[in-house]
Amino acid sequence: MVKFPLIGLFKGLWVTIKTLFRKPVTVMYPDVKETPAPRARGVIALDTDNCTSCMLCVRECPDWCIYIEAHKVAIPSDKPGGRVRTRNELDRFDIDYGLCMYCGICVEVCPFDALYWSPEYEYGEYKISDLLHDKDKLVEWLQTVPEPPALEK
Amino acid sequence: MIENVPFALMLTFKVVVVLAAMLVVALVLIWGELKWGAHIQARVGPWYAGGRWGWAQPLADAVKFLQKEDLVPTAADGPVFRLAPYVMIAGTLAVFVVIPIGPSLVARDLDIGAFYLLAVSSLSTLGVLMAGWSSGNKYSLIGGVRAGAQLIAYELPLVLAVVAVVIEAGTLSLSGIVNAQAATSLPFVVPQIIGFVVFLVASLAELNRTPFDLPLAESELTMGYLTEYSGLRFTMFFLGEYAGMVSMGAIIATLYLGGYWAPGLSSDALKFAGPVILLVKIFVVAFLMIWIRWTYPRIREDQLQAIAWKWLIPLALFNIVITATLKVVL
Repeated sequence: MVKFPLIGLFKGLWVTIKTLFRKPVTVMYPDVKETPAPRARGVIALDTDNCTSCMLCVRECPDWCIYIEAHKVAIPSDKPGGRVRTRNELDRFDIDYGLCMYCGICVEVCPFDALYWSPEYEYGEYKISDLLHDKDKLVEWLQTVPEPPALEK
Repeated sequence: MIENVPFALMLTFKVVVVLAAMLVVALVLIWGELKWGAHIQARVGPWYAGGRWGWAQPLADAVKFLQKEDLVPTAADGPVFRLAPYVMIAGTLAVFVVIPIGPSLVARDLDIGAFYLLAVSSLSTLGVLMAGWSSGNKYSLIGGVRAGAQLIAYELPLVLAVVAVVIEAGTLSLSGIVNAQAATSLPFVVPQIIGFVVFLVASLAELNRTPFDLPLAESELTMGYLTEYSGLRFTMFFLGEYAGMVSMGAIIATLYLGGYWAPGLSSDALKFAGPVILLVKIFVVAFLMIWIRWTYPRIREDQLQAIAWKWLIPLALFNIVITATLKVVL
């Protein structure tokens, strides 16, 4: 087959002119909403029941955007004379989404599956300081976390 | 009646009309660039400004630019820095002195029209060079020097392509060139197809448009000579760039596409339809430029020089030889 010189230039022009008359792929966002992929990294949700305030996520976070405060509560033993046990009660679990870079290391590192990725993405604010979301908000997002995929047989 | 109007008033009127027309067409072209470019990339482009199709986007951009702080860097050479955008715009506007927009509608039909055209159309590069030199910034300087190197390389094929047109038409006057095309009912794009391609490629380089936008090169030179410009002066550069497209489109339309002439129209009809026909041809050329811009990536500096010296200049010389031979033989 004879290869004409500069044929590539015309092929390129042909591709662009075809695209020019094609329907644009733009999703007109506020009017039309795109459904994100089920495991999209939209926001990090918290399950407070699983959290032991172990601080692993706080220490592993590359930009230190997680804040945890907790206090110990004593659990009396069910047997008489038994030793009193303690467990951590979460006071504060904040994630500063103005700092978060969505690396997901906190989700990876959590030993008790207290943190989850949620595909929710509409939480923009007018002030950066308003992006600091507290425990209640993070727990709300837990509702939007999809079911984990079924285990392989 | 026209004879009674004082010369100065008439001149002012002409200048204002040309300025207003150029700026409006340039704004339309900016919109076209945004919209066509977007659709070539399967996007929708400007959408909300002005209601439909985002038609007011260039105006909104201009208003935004006017609100910006007007900065002159400490290291800059103030007067030259301030003058540069206007030098660039003046060069592109001066082209319209000799462009005939109708059978009798031409600001000044110079005998050496084609020569004048080439002379003033390279003035805008002087503005670029001034901007690059005076900014006191290494990116700007490299951008400006690149623009200078580009001018030297691409002015030659540009001139040589026009030489062939002049041989074909037998005159340097632009009205004469349009008349020569009308006389044979054949725009010069057909007999001068080699010259047309050479001229188009060289004009892209002259306008610093992709794939020859090395003086701007936002990814390596942070917009080259525009780095230090903001606000009104940046707007002037931006408008100047698109006004340059309009004037280069007008030059190509006049030299190769028959200017204000269209087949099948009497000279009386051309008096009224002429400007519209020329405008349509300008838009066709501008669309071609925009199409090329959104298709090709930027080339390297050595490739840029190689295309000019190894391909365009020999092609243009070859074209001159053919044109001259045919002119003598036929």
